[in-house]
Amino acid sequence: MIDADKKPLPQHVDAVVIGGGTAGCAAAMHLANAGKRVVLFEQRLAGAQASGQNYGGVRQQGRCPEELPISFRARRIWDRLPEIVGHDCGFRPSGHIKLARTAEEFAGLEAWAEMARGFGLNVAILSGNVLRAEHNYLGSWVYGGSYCATDGHANPRLVGPLFARAAERAGVDLRECCPVAKLERDGAGFRVSLADGRSTRADVAINTAGAWGADIAAQLGETYDEHVLSPNMIVTEPAAPIFAASFGVCGGDIYFRQTPRGNVLFGGGRGISDKSRLWARPLATVSVQAAAKMIGFIPAVAHLAVIRSWSGIDGSMPDDRPVLGPSPSVPGLFHAFGFSGHGFQLGPAVGEVLADLVLAGHTETDISGLSPLRFTPSTIGAA
Amino acid sequence: MSAPAIVIVGAGPAGVRAAEVLAGAGLRPILLDEGDRCGGQIYRQPPDPRKRPYAKLYGTEAERARALHETFSRIAPEIDYRPRTLVWDVAGGQVMVHAGGGVGRIPYSHLLLATGATDRTLPLPGWTLPGVYTLGGAQIALKAQDCLIGKRVAFVGTGPLLYLVAVQYARAGAEVAAVIDSGTRAAQVANALGLLAQPKVALRGLGFVAELKRRGVPVLKGAIPEAIEQTADGLAVKLGARRFACDAVGLGYGLRAETQLADLAGVPRRFDAAQQTWVPESGADGRTPAAGVYVAGDGAGILGADAAELRGARAAFALLEDLGKPVDAAKTKTLEAGIARWARFRAAIDGMFPVPAAALAALPDDAVVCRCERITVADIRRVAALAKPEDVNRLKAFGRAGMGRCQGRFCGENAQAILAAITGAAPSALGAHRAQAPIKPIPLDDMTRVAPNTDPIVEEAAQ
Ligand SMILES: Cc1cc2nc3c(=O)[nH]c(=O)nc-3n(C[C@H](O)[C@H](O)[C@H](O)COP(=O)(O)OP(=O)(O)OC[C@H]3O[C@@H](n4cnc5c(N)ncnc54)[C@H](O)[C@@H]3O)c2cc1C
Repeated sequence: MIDADKKPLPQHVDAVVIGGGTAGCAAAMHLANAGKRVVLFEQRLAGAQASGQNYGGVRQQGRCPEELPISFRARRIWDRLPEIVGHDCGFRPSGHIKLARTAEEFAGLEAWAEMARGFGLNVAILSGNVLRAEHNYLGSWVYGGSYCATDGHANPRLVGPLFARAAERAGVDLRECCPVAKLERDGAGFRVSLADGRSTRADVAINTAGAWGADIAAQLGETYDEHVLSPNMIVTEPAAPIFAASFGVCGGDIYFRQTPRGNVLFGGGRGISDKSRLWARPLATVSVQAAAKMIGFIPAVAHLAVIRSWSGIDGSMPDDRPVLGPSPSVPGLFHAFGFSGHGFQLGPAVGEVLADLVLAGHTETDISGLSPLRFTPSTIGAA
Repeated sequence: MSAPAIVIVGAGPAGVRAAEVLAGAGLRPILLDEGDRCGGQIYRQPPDPRKRPYAKLYGTEAERARALHETFSRIAPEIDYRPRTLVWDVAGGQVMVHAGGGVGRIPYSHLLLATGATDRTLPLPGWTLPGVYTLGGAQIALKAQDCLIGKRVAFVGTGPLLYLVAVQYARAGAEVAAVIDSGTRAAQVANALGLLAQPKVALRGLGFVAELKRRGVPVLKGAIPEAIEQTADGLAVKLGARRFACDAVGLGYGLRAETQLADLAGVPRRFDAAQQTWVPESGADGRTPAAGVYVAGDGAGILGADAAELRGARAAFALLEDLGKPVDAAKTKTLEAGIARWARFRAAIDGMFPVPAAALAALPDDAVVCRCERITVADIRRVAALAKPEDVNRLKAFGRAGMGRCQGRFCGENAQAILAAITGAAPSALGAHRAQAPIKPIPLDDMTRVAPNTDPIVEEAAQ
């Protein structure tokens, strides 16, 4: 709920969550369901930043091995959204095809499929002939591809906000339009203050502040090299179904899907943004280039009219992997930020993993490769 | 300093008068317009203007129309006029255009937006049936195409345009089934005094009402029909126990400013409570909080065509002042006084013909609100209950109202009023739809070609 009438904050809660993207809202919801008192602060509206602005790809394919365990966990949750948040959020397990344009790219797909098989995920390798026969809308340049049947796409505009509403129903004190001005140590816990002077104490602090995550960490003396990532997105008017799967292209910087409503939605290149103003814009130059690429991949879309374009603000880390796990220097502080342009699929599982860490002190899911510790401990101040 | 590059968007009364002032100062503004010919909506020219005389085309406004078109012809050699050119984005000191099957960019140092207005519609059951047009659409059919939307036409809505179009249709040979005005007689009497700011215009309006009565047209006041129904031989407008049989309906509750480009150019918008719509923030001189961006005419808030001419000229003088050019202060004062008179007149009109936005709360579940996405009142109510949207952009994100081809230009204020009724929030607290490039649809393959006479948006794309 919007913090319009500036209700007093609770004096003391079990956990404070900073950042109301999917990850933060899901974490808050699980903690509240476990009986914890939770306040969630969101600087603007829940699920309205990266979690609500993204392309909507729900994909395991193509991820680095460090992300696969949590991505698998997330994929299982995607099937259960109706029971968790009361709506399927437009999730369609339509399959995801990654395309290769050259023999080298194709070899890359085969290597990835081999790696994923080690994790128990089956990905079908498709020759150019098979692809062209089964997907005759593809341009003739296709060399080959790989197909992950359990991947798909969803409506990002619903996922974060519906987790937020579910969190409220679970008892989370969710404050929208409520930026956290200060996070500091207070005894064994934390004090979280707003610009108007209101504050609350919490035993545990969860940093799910997305592109602003490193700023929150910096308040407690930890330095992370987080940058802003603003993919450029375009959508056409709705059309009769042309293709069902969601597509990516090796090194092509273009990805496309057709929504259940019929709109062809594609991303490619970067827009511009200013995270201090929560402002992001697509760029005409980038849109024009992406349009040309899109037509090259699926010529049948050429006659469709573009009706809208946009961008968003995600945090990105130097190794393109999120920072997820307990803080290396501050007990009771947990980080989950810097999802580097592919955190939409992970969000629901990030919430569960954070709740595991807070409630049980550990998680079954292997997140060791995402640990904050991988960033030079020397830059991390003493607690 | 390099020569200023001035771009005017819109070649209606405001844009043409602005171009006249700037050309007079020896600057060569670029005048961009979507349409085939200058004149905007009100002084729109048919495909071949020579075929029909001014008096027939523009009636009482014939002289104004002629004057504007003649001014345009006179300054044409001194300006860079580009018709059939849609501006679809404003960013980084450039406008992006769609023209001649391609796209391109035009850099500017100063941008004057004279983007005009479109009809304000209010949904009711049946308004999506074939044969139902906006009032503006009905008028353009007559003006540009020289045809009527039907033989027996009912006019529903409010505002001066309601009576004007009804009279124009009657004179053109249509049978006017009824004129149904949501404005009450009481409100019209109470506000009539303000009309003295423009006595001639007021008399003309009264003349229209009298003419309709003389022709035997039923004129109903304070009435909002419940539905438009399909019948065996056409349509019927249902009002209580009465049904007005017709074969077409003209529907319109006044006008609303076209503000998308102003929004993209960084001009904040404010809610105009009298007109129940969003307008760009600007002074009477057309200056906006965004440096180098000016707004004029109905795109800056509805004051009508005569005022638009004054506002176009005034904004152009403000631009000249900002360039450090000498400007005759007496002239700008006269223009501002004229604009103020129109503002007083408009306040009276707004009081006489208020948009009955509150009536939206009572719409039945199955009424379509957002036509592009076919979102009904029930859809909005369901989304409001499940996801609790905080403003119209969130309502759009959650429930698709305003997410289609028109970007909410035609449903935005209505969705806002319906959401306000559900949540109890003030409509002004629910925001305006964010404009997103392209503000009107552009074919994907046109985005890969370069529009003539523009800089390519991507250098390499200039094959
Ligand atoms: C255009 C675009 C396309 C993308 N496409 C995909 C895709 O197809 N598939 C995929 O898996 N991922 C995709 N991503 C990435 C994905 O959207 C993000 O990785 C993910 O949503 C990040 O979630 P988050 O919760 O960390 O961030 P966010 O959703 O941004 O949430 C962080 C929240 O913290 C709030 N906050 C920050 N500072 C404060 C403060 N001081 N006080 C209070 N609140 C604060 C912010 O307002 C924000 O709401 C895309 C991202 C973008 C931008």
